[in-house]
Amino acid sequence: MSIIKARCVVKRFGSIVAVDGVDLDVEQGECFGLLGPNGAGKTSLVRMIIASSPITAGTIWVDGKDITRMPRLIKANIGVVPQEDNLDPDLTVLENLLAFSRYFDIPKKEGRERALANLQFFELQERQKAKIDELSGGMKRRLLIARALMSRPKLIILDEPTVGLDPQTRHLLWQKLAALKQQGVTLLLCTQNMDEAWRLCDRLAIMNGGKIVALGTPQELLARYGSSQILEARLRSEQSKDKVLAMLGERGFQWQEIEDMLHIYQGDGQVLEDELKNELVITSQHSPTLEDVFLRLTRRSLRE
Amino acid sequence: MSTPSYRSLRVWQRNRDVFFKLWRTEVPGFFAEPVLILLAMGVGLGTYVALGQSYLEFIAPGIVAAYAMFSASSECTYGSFVRMKFQRTFDAIIATPVNMEDVVAGEIFWGATRSLLTTLAILIVIAAFGLVHSPWALLTIPLSVLAGLMFSSIALFFTSLSATIYTFNYYFTLFITPMFFFSGVFFPLDAFSPTVQKLCWISPLTPVANLSRALVSGHPGEGAWWGLAIIIGLTAVFFPLSLVMMRRRLLK
Repeated sequence: MSIIKARCVVKRFGSIVAVDGVDLDVEQGECFGLLGPNGAGKTSLVRMIIASSPITAGTIWVDGKDITRMPRLIKANIGVVPQEDNLDPDLTVLENLLAFSRYFDIPKKEGRERALANLQFFELQERQKAKIDELSGGMKRRLLIARALMSRPKLIILDEPTVGLDPQTRHLLWQKLAALKQQGVTLLLCTQNMDEAWRLCDRLAIMNGGKIVALGTPQELLARYGSSQILEARLRSEQSKDKVLAMLGERGFQWQEIEDMLHIYQGDGQVLEDELKNELVITSQHSPTLEDVFLRLTRRSLRE
Repeated sequence: MSTPSYRSLRVWQRNRDVFFKLWRTEVPGFFAEPVLILLAMGVGLGTYVALGQSYLEFIAPGIVAAYAMFSASSECTYGSFVRMKFQRTFDAIIATPVNMEDVVAGEIFWGATRSLLTTLAILIVIAAFGLVHSPWALLTIPLSVLAGLMFSSIALFFTSLSATIYTFNYYFTLFITPMFFFSGVFFPLDAFSPTVQKLCWISPLTPVANLSRALVSGHPGEGAWWGLAIIIGLTAVFFPLSLVMMRRRLLK
């Protein structure tokens, strides 16, 4: 059963269309990744799902309930980890969790037990009396997730949870998120980190210009939009550009210009002939990654 | 739009907890400032004032009213703005079953509570000065709650329109300070011509100061009790208005 179901969802801010007719199904228990460049509409879509932003058109159901009809009930079952730290700086680490359990009407004793267990899980138990200002970026992010878990939600929505963190902290968070998934929690993860998407997500949707432009498992996306090899090359001279592009076209290559580089997608059995090779300086050659898929599908908005 | 629920209490509780954690920073506003004004005006300036009663006795109930106004106004301008904009506390809260309407109502209820606490503190001080002669003075406590609801609602409405925290300088300079001086806190309004007196009744502080004086002096019959209608009427307008405007500002 889908825990999130969105149909024809549109979000407009004045004349700007942030989300342009999105259909989305997130299944119970999966980790679903929402990828896209800045301004692709990820955050706008998520804000509508958590009932923090009115829907311009379309319908969103969470756990089978229409969010415009039952926002309170739905918010009680969702844990939200925002991109920007909105921990309560007037309260300590533990008090932040206790205040949150009160917003969810969790009885005091129960709230305290959960708070301590969550601090333990995120290895923050020794900092429970610390002020928020005294925490490092990584600790704040862990606390934000611990806070989102206070209501034992079925669904957790995370907006770029590891952005700006050092590699150690990032790996620790990935491990914790994977553990949560093991426990059966559904994760909706907005991210621009391909490594993160590849490791954690069962399925991915790539958004661009307010639309979902590709959907599938990371492996499917790679098979569909990757190729066997990617050559990164620079032109030997700018004058030969038209000629090179024409030759690539004739031979059925797919390519993309990224800044001053040419990314040439080499399919199975395709080989660059010497005539072409002579016009190019090949700087690197690699197997396609999710990042290549991402760049290929979201190209236009990167160039803006 | 939905109406506020009991969950506004959760927001009130959050503000209460923070207040009692940080209460030391609030002490000057609670005791020092009103006591200074009572001493400077009542004892110092009062020696030159002939009113038919001691000047200290005259201004004490006015100070009760004025500081009820200050407490609610600063809480629901600077205080609410910091929580809304800098700390993003509202954003965090509305991701829980607490709705925007609950947050706004909780802020207003907390602003009114600040008025109540301030009034209690000043009542104790003026009682210690021997300026309270009648148990009627205790009714300034519920009066301060009504005044607090009114001033909090007006302040939060202004906050919902404020782009930056500096905007509140205008609120205090052009609205709160004139009220402080022209609402019968420091001198009786009959010092003015009848036309100017009517103008003074535009100030929402005027009915509060008037009723506070009637109660503290122990002559409730001398109060202009129809002023309660002004207090309740302004609350009835600005409370829902601040709900609508805050919602419009924050739920985009």
